[in-house]
Amino acid sequence: MRLRREVTAPIADPARGIELRGVGHAYGDRVVLADLDLHLTERRIGVVGANGSGKSTFARLLNGLVMPTTGTVHVDGLDTRTHVREVRRRVGFVFQDPDAQIVHPTVAEDAAYGLENQGVPPAERAERVAEVLQRYGLAGHADHPAHLLSGGQKQLLAIAGVLVMRPARIVFDEPTTLLDLVNTRRVAQVIEELEQQVVVVTHDLDLLEGFDRVLVFDDGRVVADGPPDRSVAAYRTLMVHR
Amino acid sequence: MTLALYVPRASPVHRTPAGWKLLVLAGLSVLVFAVPTLPVVSGALVAVLVVGLVVARLPGAVLLRQARAVLWVLVAIFVLHAVLTDVLTGTLTVLRLLALVLAAAVVTATTRVTEMVAVVERVCWPLRWVGVRPARIGLVIAMALRFIPLIAERADRIREAQAARGGSVHGLRGLTTTVVPLLVQVLQLAHTVSEALDARGAEDVPLRRGGTRAA
Repeated sequence: MRLRREVTAPIADPARGIELRGVGHAYGDRVVLADLDLHLTERRIGVVGANGSGKSTFARLLNGLVMPTTGTVHVDGLDTRTHVREVRRRVGFVFQDPDAQIVHPTVAEDAAYGLENQGVPPAERAERVAEVLQRYGLAGHADHPAHLLSGGQKQLLAIAGVLVMRPARIVFDEPTTLLDLVNTRRVAQVIEELEQQVVVVTHDLDLLEGFDRVLVFDDGRVVADGPPDRSVAAYRTLMVHR
Repeated sequence: MTLALYVPRASPVHRTPAGWKLLVLAGLSVLVFAVPTLPVVSGALVAVLVVGLVVARLPGAVLLRQARAVLWVLVAIFVLHAVLTDVLTGTLTVLRLLALVLAAAVVTATTRVTEMVAVVERVCWPLRWVGVRPARIGLVIAMALRFIPLIAERADRIREAQAARGGSVHGLRGLTTTVVPLLVQVLQLAHTVSEALDARGAEDVPLRRGGTRAA
């Protein structure tokens, strides 16, 4: 049962990927992104840049958490301004701090939250939650309080809570920043195994190995865009000259 | 610190719908106050223990923890009655409160938060006529249970950080040096949580969630 529906049924075209045209964003007078013209169709895309370079704002533009001040963002041909709900169903978002993303007291309840919002029937919901918890080694913790999980388990639960909704694309905002080496590797492996298109904002350059494309942000602009080796080299040069 | 008291077991008590369990709890409360005799009250206490320990197969420690939490209140009530009225009234009052505390513990230990929340949403269902969305009320309760331990943990971290730098963590000064940074952190957390709710489809939230069991 749904309270509200979007007025017009959107016509999505998955082949179109994510398109940014003339995108800029400002918080008051402070411009954090400017002149972005990008077409993101590759399966694995990395985003690097110094702190404050606009990476996180860019990530939030991709699923309509932040709206562009200028220009447009389209996902599968859907404008994030006019079809934000449909866009959010298509683009999952994993936050840096899983504690902010986990909103229910126990593991299984939290994993089920997005499905409840989508109106998925209880039997199917239970099946999908059990499946995703099993996949990420959390099945034995289903009824445990979420805040008692380790940092790595919390991040896996945050990812599970997004994946259970079966989005076509997933944006990760610094998913390994708060994790130790073992859990960083585990999350890297999870990202590598995903079939969806992933956009990963990160400071962990090792995470970008095998990616199709890496964008380098500096002062709100894309200053390098290409395969990981070229982009990472450009990023290192940029940081050395700071 | 944990507010999640659910103890998973495959028992008939766990399978009983949350609404029925709350109704029985309400009925028991009325019974022990309406018929304040020793056989009825002690019978209620024994019944609660049998249901909790034998039928629901809860660990004794779960009930003991709840009883211990109210121990001094019970002792104080008993002493007051022993002095002001009589020992029998004191015994009755203590047994009555103990039965109700343990009955509530059995209900919470055998019921998931989502099931409780679903009952709250059902009870709040008529409020939709004045524009209130029952699912939102349920979400608020679930989030309170989720975030109270987290905020307590963050307060502990701030106190540790203050202590590590030689600051006072006691008294009024300790309180202010903890509360201000905690407020800032909570506001930042609230902002990110609101983004996470949006990202997970909170705007799509149905009027009522319908089912309960997640996994």
